[in-house]
Amino acid sequence: MKLVYFAWVRERIGMAEETVDPPRSVETVADLLGWLRTRGDSYDIALGESGAIRVALDHDHADHDASIAGIREVALFPPMTGG
Amino acid sequence: MAHVRVAIVSEPLDITAEIERVSAGRGDIGAIVTFTGLCRDEDGRLEALELEHYPGMAENEVKRIAEQAAGRWEISDVSILHRHGKVRPGEIIVLVVTASKHRHAAFESAEFIMDFLKTHAPFWKKEHTAAGAVAWVAAKQADDEAEERWNNSD
Repeated sequence: MKLVYFAWVRERIGMAEETVDPPRSVETVADLLGWLRTRGDSYDIALGESGAIRVALDHDHADHDASIAGIREVALFPPMTGG
Repeated sequence: MAHVRVAIVSEPLDITAEIERVSAGRGDIGAIVTFTGLCRDEDGRLEALELEHYPGMAENEVKRIAEQAAGRWEISDVSILHRHGKVRPGEIIVLVVTASKHRHAAFESAEFIMDFLKTHAPFWKKEHTAAGAVAWVAAKQADDEAEERWNNSD
């Protein structure tokens, strides 16, 4: 599964994208965020305030309780400020 | 179905050219509404805004918003053009053009589009100040509320 990060999530994690293979127990976006936070301080700092993390699954906005089964690209980013 | 045009570009946006493109050779349009979002200098404090976007999703999401507007109002044309990269004060960040037979559809759909762009289009603004500081712009609660009202006023 490919992960892509934007704005301050990208800066805090320290990379724009990576490929990961989460354990079977990671079924939802919330599970994924929890698992990522165990991977190091930079992830914990970037994703710790989980209410501020927005998610897109294969380019569609999704909630934290959404299933990630079959998803190829997960994007994590702060609330959007375009327009 | 409305003519929909979406573009995410790094070049300056031209409002006159877009109105011309929409209206050229058309006798059926009675109203064109445009919204132009500009980069402010924040009383001279700001040197530039840097717009990051999610390539692929940004185009899809903006198109989805345009199509939602076209499904909700009787509009014949909708263009949404959005910059990415560095934008200087006075330059256009976003341009929305809606066209319809009667004015209300064009006015309301343009406002709807802007409210949804603010909260749903994957763009992030970073400020570069004249003093050399950089900071991400925080999302506004007021933008969420502006979007929310469309869910209550169908």
